[in-house]
Amino acid sequence: MMSPLEQTHVSTQVYRVYIKAAPQAVWDAITKPEWTARYGYGGRMEYDLRSGGAIRGYTSEAMKQGGAAQGMPVPDLAIEGEVVEADPPHKLVLKWHMVMDAATTADAFTRLTYEISQTQEGVAKLTLTHDLQGAPAAASILAGEFEAQGAGGGWAWVLSDLKSLLETGKGFMG
Amino acid sequence: MIDDDLVFKALADKTRRFLLDLLFERDGRTLSELESEVEMTRFGVMKHLRVLEDANLIVTRRSGREKLHYLNPIPIRQIHDRWIKKYRAHQVSALIDLKQELEEKS
Repeated sequence: MMSPLEQTHVSTQVYRVYIKAAPQAVWDAITKPEWTARYGYGGRMEYDLRSGGAIRGYTSEAMKQGGAAQGMPVPDLAIEGEVVEADPPHKLVLKWHMVMDAATTADAFTRLTYEISQTQEGVAKLTLTHDLQGAPAAASILAGEFEAQGAGGGWAWVLSDLKSLLETGKGFMG
Repeated sequence: MIDDDLVFKALADKTRRFLLDLLFERDGRTLSELESEVEMTRFGVMKHLRVLEDANLIVTRRSGREKLHYLNPIPIRQIHDRWIKKYRAHQVSALIDLKQELEEKS
């Protein structure tokens, strides 16, 4: 039996990536749907960037086709939630809930924090902290446990792709 | 900016790889928890953790009075994408060539 403190540790995922880009460019790539469609899962994310504002993440055509090919229908809405704090281009805190299927929908709402700072001229440091307590289904997907089954490589994959896109103009999708 | 050299150097040590394995098993451990798993002074463990942090292989965050250590898989993922995937793809295509060659002969 683990103590509650230990469980808190286990359910938090932390990722950090350095990107040759301005903090504002990283912020835009996270918060603007025309950017979110170009890396990672490729779904459009819509944010009402004020405290209490709604967030909506939509599945991409590729996800829908991929799901249909495997006999797993994919809904239009992938992510729902709310902005807790938006301090562009440095900090974005969200209440975040994946609603891709029955398992993720049964998960609790999670807390997702993006922090962006400039470490040296032209280099942004992006740290993603995802408190996934009570959300085991999303936690597995975001840790990349189902990558071999075509579910994407989770946050490490998404953020690596984001770095490629901002630095080279091309993400993994080309 | 993190370069590959820092990551490879950090990984080129048995104790540091063991510390990463511990965090892979269970993330968010304190220094005391990590220290209890290795036969080394606290100072020695701190030194290794510092090397791992400089290579961006771990990220620390404060929780109250405690400093928690998290495994950051992104640099390893980048090494995989940059080095390993490339050679694996090469092996696969070499096998495909071999198959074609053998099938053409038969």
